Amino acid sequence: MTAIPLNHVLILACILFSIGFIGVIIRKNTLFILMSLEIMLNAVGVAFIGAGSVWQQADGQIMFILILSLAAAEVAIGLALLIRMQRRYQSLDIDKLSEMRG
Amino acid sequence: MSLLAWIPFYPLISFLLLIALGRRLSWGLASTLSIGAIALSAISSGLVISQLASADSGIISVKLWSWFSLGSAEVNFSFYLDSLSAVMISVVSGVGLLIHAYAAAYMKNDENFSRFMAYMNLFIVAMLILVLADNLVLLYLGWEGVGLCSFLLIGFWYQEKENVLAARKAFIVTRVGDTAMAIGLFLLFKSLGELNIAAVNVSASSLWQIGDELPYWIALLLLGGAVGKSAQLPLQTWLPDAMAGPTPVSALIHAATMVTAGVYLIARMQGVFLLSPEVMSYVAWVGALTLLLAGVAALAQKDIKRVLAYSTMSQIGYMMLALGAGAWSAGVFHLMTHAFFKALLFLTAGSVILALHHQQDLFKMGGLLKKLPVESGLFIVGLICLMALPGTSGFFSKEAIIATLWSSPTAGPVLWWGAILGALLTSIYSCRLFFLAFLGASREHDKVHDLHHDHPTVLLRWPLFLLALLSLFGGLISLDFTEVFAVASSVDAAQEPAWLHPLAIATPFIGIAFAWFFFKSYRDNNGEALEMKPGGLNRFCGDGLGFDWLYHSLLVRPYCFLAAINRRDIIDQLIMFNGWYVRLWHDAMSASQNGSLRWYAAGIGLAVVCLAGVTTL
Amino acid sequence: MTIELMFYLAGAVAVLASLKVVTGKNTIHALLYLVVSLLAVAVCFYLMGAPFAAGLEVIVYAGAILVLFVFSVMLFNLNHDEVLFARQSQGLGFWAGPVVLAMCLLALLVNIIQSAEIQDKLTVNLVDAKQVGILLYGPYLLAVEIASFLLLAGLIAGYHYARPEGPGSHGGRS
Repeated sequence: MTAIPLNHVLILACILFSIGFIGVIIRKNTLFILMSLEIMLNAVGVAFIGAGSVWQQADGQIMFILILSLAAAEVAIGLALLIRMQRRYQSLDIDKLSEMRG
Repeated sequence: MSLLAWIPFYPLISFLLLIALGRRLSWGLASTLSIGAIALSAISSGLVISQLASADSGIISVKLWSWFSLGSAEVNFSFYLDSLSAVMISVVSGVGLLIHAYAAAYMKNDENFSRFMAYMNLFIVAMLILVLADNLVLLYLGWEGVGLCSFLLIGFWYQEKENVLAARKAFIVTRVGDTAMAIGLFLLFKSLGELNIAAVNVSASSLWQIGDELPYWIALLLLGGAVGKSAQLPLQTWLPDAMAGPTPVSALIHAATMVTAGVYLIARMQGVFLLSPEVMSYVAWVGALTLLLAGVAALAQKDIKRVLAYSTMSQIGYMMLALGAGAWSAGVFHLMTHAFFKALLFLTAGSVILALHHQQDLFKMGGLLKKLPVESGLFIVGLICLMALPGTSGFFSKEAIIATLWSSPTAGPVLWWGAILGALLTSIYSCRLFFLAFLGASREHDKVHDLHHDHPTVLLRWPLFLLALLSLFGGLISLDFTEVFAVASSVDAAQEPAWLHPLAIATPFIGIAFAWFFFKSYRDNNGEALEMKPGGLNRFCGDGLGFDWLYHSLLVRPYCFLAAINRRDIIDQLIMFNGWYVRLWHDAMSASQNGSLRWYAAGIGLAVVCLAGVTTL
Repeated sequence: MTIELMFYLAGAVAVLASLKVVTGKNTIHALLYLVVSLLAVAVCFYLMGAPFAAGLEVIVYAGAILVLFVFSVMLFNLNHDEVLFARQSQGLGFWAGPVVLAMCLLALLVNIIQSAEIQDKLTVNLVDAKQVGILLYGPYLLAVEIASFLLLAGLIAGYHYARPEGPGSHGGRS
């Protein structure tokens, strides 16, 4: 029996997720948005690990590993795009990339 | 393809070639092409008419193809020749040929010569289709076609605003009549289910009684169309302005052929008109009133072509009078003779105008008898035909009309006196024109331009001689309409006073005598400048008896006023409300697509929150 | 000190560090806070009986991914004002936050490693690397392959997008 209640783990995950989400919304700097995304993915990982630990199953950790590889790929592409953006706009302001407005 | 079908086909080919090749054609080539096409038409017409004489039924018809079918009625592209259309095609192609020949010389130096001849050829095509059509839809095609050509040719020199305005006016005013005619045709088709002209005339008399309401309205609407095309009261205002076009155009379209289309229409649809005596008397009254008004207006014109235009209106008034009185063949006969002498008058006037460097003001002419003897002689021939002096073609046709009026059931003594008064006016304004232009001494032009220096003499002179011959002796042509006009108006000569005919014959001489004394100052002028007396009456008559003013204040200005009120287009605003409503939502939706990634992320978050809220509550 | 308490402490560190990441003005500082946050989460993992995941978190996240961030920040040629701002912020106050939080984590880890009682408790609900590995290369083999494809795609896309723009960059370069 685990020592840490699942509720608390999930609440922690939710808090982290919300913080990350707030970061995605309020930050204009794309680099910060990417970091906030990392926080969000991490929060999801916390939830998986917590659930896996409660049920004594390895699946939670496997999910975490998959999320990890997703995060790695995402960061690689995101940062490449960021470099591109910096070159083209001399800025990392996400609001300048609003050419697809309706 | 039968010979009949070829008649309108030659000018059509020529038109297409001229329009396609345009200015690349030299003058010689373009004029040969256009005149040759009309000549072929004229020859074919002659041959077809000689075939007609030997045909048993008195009718030649040819069906080219089926155009479309309306319910039970089959509308074909087919031509129909009887003695009425035979007269028309011989006038159109014969006089048309002479005028084309003249026009080729007259317009030689115009840079758009090919375009001019192309329009002229297209006009001939449309006019031939009009007179040869065997159903009313095809007739309407030709009817609108000649209207289009009239518009194009009045505005031929479109660089000047005045000409364009005149063209527009002609088009719009005739459109009023055409609309009436179209409604009449719809009514006819609705009630008879038939558009073939011969069939309509037959079934109308079998279906309706004399005095029924339906034929009354149909005939009235058709009269509206005829009135518009033939420049009769109350739609006559366009014709004087139409003189803005080149003179051969005035001769061909606005004197000899197109304006008589209304007369042709009424004669063609006589089966319907005979069923409504009221409309017949309207026709007669319209003709008589136009005849008098145009005669009065012609007395006060300064422009030689406008005098002739008003005279054309008044002569068509005679034709209408004849038709209204039931003297169908007299009316068509006058149509033919009028085409001869009015074409002659217009073309001679064209020569005079050319010789005087495009001077059209009568008060600046004078003394041309000595300077242009040949043209003067030709003009005199035209004028005596117009005045209907005994022996000329005009005499035979006009006397034939006047003779039927007194005891016609739909005309009567009042209209007879109107016709006599009209004849008097005709001779007075003819004399005035002649005195002003040809007698006295030269007022402005010491030296006349040598006509034949840069215009080919043969083409400029010979058509005039031929037309003069036709004008003088055209009255001897006998027309036989017994096949076409079934009901011959029976004139009971015994009832009429004996002095009618002598008075009718003497009238032109009375007019000449009157003019001789009244216009003495014009006749004896020795070179000092002449001006029209600046009286109010003169100005009123010179402006065509105020009809332009009347229509302007009654129709144009209220319309402009309403248009100004409705500038924002109230109905349109209501309809645009839909668009505005849709646009509102579009804008609202579109505002959400602001391109900002952060807003999209916030939107996703909001949606998740909402969904979670919905599922947990 | 019980496991729960330590978990809450690590979680609080993670939350605080994350807040600093989100609200931070300086990129480098934000990255440092992110490292702290990830380490704190790694501690949480460890406390939840997932040492393998905690190790991966430290190695991959706090190691590889953050290094990627740092490299790209260097590549960006950060705006001058931001660089100036970074210079000015070399005072103690700016370093204090991450340091304090990191020290907290360090204390926690040391406590965990030192205390035999906690070690015992942790082994109760341990899911070790062996179990994970068996499962990963058993039923989840396909997912692993797909993840490898994803990484390959990330590699190629990263290469493609990071190439210099300009004439000749659209193909034809080996």
